[in-house]
Amino acid sequence: MGRLGKFWDSSVGKKIVMGATGVILVGFLIIHMAGNLQLFLGAERFNAYSKLLKHDIIELTWIVRLTLLVSVVLHAVAAYQLTMRNKAARPEPYAKRVPQVSTYASQTMRYGGVYLLLFIVYHIGHFTTGTFHPAFSESGTFGNVLIGFSTWPIALFYLGAMGFLSLHLYHGIWAAFRTLGLARPSGDPLKRQIALVLAIVVAGGFSLVPLAVKLGLVH
Amino acid sequence: MSAGGLNLTLHVWRQSGPNKAGKIVDYPATNISPEMSFLEMLDTVNEGLITSGQDPIAFDHDCREGICGSCGVMINGAAHGPMKQTTACQLHMRTFKNGDEIWIEPWRAGAFPVIKDLVVDRGAFDRIIQAGGFISAPTGSPQDANSLPISKLDADDAMDAAACIGCGACVAACPNASASLFTAAKITHLGRLPQGQPERYRRALAMVTQMDIEGFGGCTLFGECQEACPKGISIDTIVQMNRDYIVAAASEREEKVEMGAG
Repeated sequence: MGRLGKFWDSSVGKKIVMGATGVILVGFLIIHMAGNLQLFLGAERFNAYSKLLKHDIIELTWIVRLTLLVSVVLHAVAAYQLTMRNKAARPEPYAKRVPQVSTYASQTMRYGGVYLLLFIVYHIGHFTTGTFHPAFSESGTFGNVLIGFSTWPIALFYLGAMGFLSLHLYHGIWAAFRTLGLARPSGDPLKRQIALVLAIVVAGGFSLVPLAVKLGLVH
Repeated sequence: MSAGGLNLTLHVWRQSGPNKAGKIVDYPATNISPEMSFLEMLDTVNEGLITSGQDPIAFDHDCREGICGSCGVMINGAAHGPMKQTTACQLHMRTFKNGDEIWIEPWRAGAFPVIKDLVVDRGAFDRIIQAGGFISAPTGSPQDANSLPISKLDADDAMDAAACIGCGACVAACPNASASLFTAAKITHLGRLPQGQPERYRRALAMVTQMDIEGFGGCTLFGECQEACPKGISIDTIVQMNRDYIVAAASEREEKVEMGAG
């Protein structure tokens, strides 16, 4: 087995892959969220931004898309394999085990991760390819958003995803710095203020779009 | 002591031997002095069992001073019981109230098979140490105290990590039955000292590999291990383990098979 194979086979190696891909994905989320907020600058500005990404710099967009695809696949495969190993590591369960310090966020990483994976597939089919969109227009991204969120179930599905995203980031961002060996020793190692701020800003920023559409703040 | 004695109900895991089916059995523990340690309470219950011709509850113990790492059971769902930074032998019955029900189970991990009742085989920890938790330099007679410069910060971190007694509470408390805190404590303890430098990265690779071979789970940073650790080992050691592992994986190369020149 080669060096990379050994690294991927080790539980620490797989977790490091999850941390590194997680950092890439968080970086993307911040840019994506900031881009989305241009919705509040009007249809012309928003559609121009969309045209920039989908037309003017499409080669660059594809590099980013492929990087993200590889990151999501590695992140999800490593998570699945580690979860299976972790479950196998305790074949006989406790009659009674009481978590002492586990956060709600850490306990929902797996379910939330599956929800987010389904969400990503739906979201790309919804607003990028238009496969799941009732009236998709290649050049009218602003209109696509308004129509896309016109039904409550879809808006709620998006908001649910952002709820899980905030939990995922609250635990994941903090954990990534520890997994990648970058965190400094701390008197209170469970503290995670940077992760809290980023989780609220990113998930909150994304949520503004469906909320604004449903509240009739953008036309 | 009859006045102030506690009357408790114990739910204890009983298993007659390795690979045998086990089950929770209920026992009354009557007239228990609040001054007793948890293990003395079990001794008292066992005396009653022996007197009535039953098999006593098997549990590991040795120093009963909280420093050997032999004892350790899940008490009401928490490794070593409800008191922070306290081993089961140093936990006292004054922590409980009259009428309490107490669940007592062995450490649960595939890598820690039950030998009998509450006794588990922690040989997996020994094999992780054998893989790299040592230094090979002959130590000889003691050197002058200041011949090896070491910063206060490194010395503090190494000593904090060296407090690990290898009891296995971290594995028991971890939702994934991971041995990350134990392995990381040993890697930090040796890796932060000058004597540990020559084998630092080989050690990280070898110990992490052995940890996986033993079938422990991986770290998801729930933080339960740190909370359960009777010696207060910090999950900061896991940061150190991962950092050393990354450097080790990047710089790993084969040892030369043939002799060097000369």
